[in-house]
Amino acid sequence: MNDAPPAGTIDLRAEYERSGIREMLDELDRELVGLVPVKRRVRETAALLLVDRARHALGLVNETPTLHMSFTGNPGTGKTTVARKMAGLLHRLGYVRKGHLVSVTRDDLVGQYIGHTAPRTKEVLKRAMGGVLFIDEAYYLHRPDNERDYGQEAIEILLQVMENNRDDLVVILAGYADRMERFFQSNPGFRSRIAHHIAFPDYTEEELNRIAVLALQKLGYRLSPAAEDVMERYIALRRNQPHFANARSVRNALDRARLRQADRLFTRSAGPVNAAALSTIEAEDLAASRVFEGGLGIGPASPAVSRHSEELSP
Amino acid sequence: MRITQGCFSFLPDLTDEQISAQLDYCLGRDWALGIEYTYDPHPRNTYWEMWGPPMFDLRDAKGVMIELAACRAAHPEAYIRINAFESARGFETVMMSFIVNRPAAEPRIDMTRTEVDGRSLRYTHTVAA
Repeated sequence: MNDAPPAGTIDLRAEYERSGIREMLDELDRELVGLVPVKRRVRETAALLLVDRARHALGLVNETPTLHMSFTGNPGTGKTTVARKMAGLLHRLGYVRKGHLVSVTRDDLVGQYIGHTAPRTKEVLKRAMGGVLFIDEAYYLHRPDNERDYGQEAIEILLQVMENNRDDLVVILAGYADRMERFFQSNPGFRSRIAHHIAFPDYTEEELNRIAVLALQKLGYRLSPAAEDVMERYIALRRNQPHFANARSVRNALDRARLRQADRLFTRSAGPVNAAALSTIEAEDLAASRVFEGGLGIGPASPAVSRHSEELSP
Repeated sequence: MRITQGCFSFLPDLTDEQISAQLDYCLGRDWALGIEYTYDPHPRNTYWEMWGPPMFDLRDAKGVMIELAACRAAHPEAYIRINAFESARGFETVMMSFIVNRPAAEPRIDMTRTEVDGRSLRYTHTVAA
C-alpha cells in the first residue's frame, strides 16, 4: 500500500473497508425489510467499535469495551437474525474469535434437580466461548414467585462469566420489552453489564407485505394479482388478532397457503400443469384462512379450543 | 524424572497460549477434546482418570482452557493430558495427545533387568516412591 497513513494516525475509512463491515451492513440492509431504528443502532455500534479499536491501536484505551447487549421486541421482529449478523460483525471487528451464535433458552441453562444447573450452564458457556451467546426470553431465568428456583443459579454463573470473560464471549439477552424491563429491575447486575440496548419495532403492514413477497421469491413462488390483494387484507386482519408474531406469522401463513395450493393443484387440475401454475399462489389459497372468518383463538365468536393451535391450524 | 509420552513431551512445557493454539488446531479439524489426569506416571498406565466427559461441540479453545484450569486447581500435583479424538469413520481414534500439567517434582522410574532363559533380558519399571 503506497497510501499508508502517517505514523500515529489511523485511516478509519480504510479500516472500515478492510474489516468487511461494510459488506456486513449492506447485507443487513438488503436482507432485512424495515427495522430502520435497529439498523441505525447496529451501524452506530459498528462505528463505535471501529473507533474503539482505532483508539486501542493508538494506545488510548486498554480496556475491552463491554459488548453485552439486550434485544427487546415482539416475536418475529428479527432478533435472532440480527443477533447472527451481530456475531459476524463482532467477529470481523475482532471482538470475538470465532463469531458463531449459540442460541439458548431457559431449558438449556437451568437444570431440573439441585446441582444440575451449574454444569448445564457451564456446558453452554463453554460452547459459546469465542462467539455470541443468545439467550431468548431471558426473563424466564428469573422466577420471582419461587425464590428457590434454579434459574437464580444460572443467572449468577452468567453474570460472573459476563464480567470475567468479556474477551471471550458476548451475551445477547432477548425478549419482550416490558418483561425484559422487569427482569432488569429485579436483576440490576444484568443492567449494569449490558452496554447496548436495541429495541425492535413491530413491522408495518407495508413491510410485512414486502416480507411476504420476498419470502415467496426465495422459495420460487409468486402471488397472483388477486392474491396480492388478499395478502394485504390478510395482514391487516391478522395484525389485530392475538398471538401475532410479525414476520413469523407471515411466513407460517405462506406455508399454509403453499399447502393449500398444492392440494388445489393435486385434486382439481385436469391434465398437465405448467411451471407458472406450480409457482403461483392464487387468491383462494390465501382466502381459505380462518383469519378472514373473524379470527383465531380469543375473540367474541371463536371457540376457546383453537386458542393455542393458531400456527398449526389450516 | 521427566515423563515423555504423547506429543511435545521432549520440548519445554507448553505455555497456556501454546496449549490454546494446539487446541484451536484440534478444534479446526473437528476433533473432540478430552482432559485426563493421573497420579501414576508408570508408562504402562494407559488408563488415566477422565476429567468430565470429552467435549464434542466446542468452537473455541477457551472452553477447554476453562476445564483445564478447573482440573489444575483440583489436581495441581497430577499429570494432566489432553486427548484429541477424531470420530470420522476409518479413524475413530485419538489423533493427538499431549501433557499439559506435571507435578513439581516428578517421581523417578527405576528399570530392573532380569536375565531369563540364558542371556535373554526382561525389563520391568517401577515408580520410585
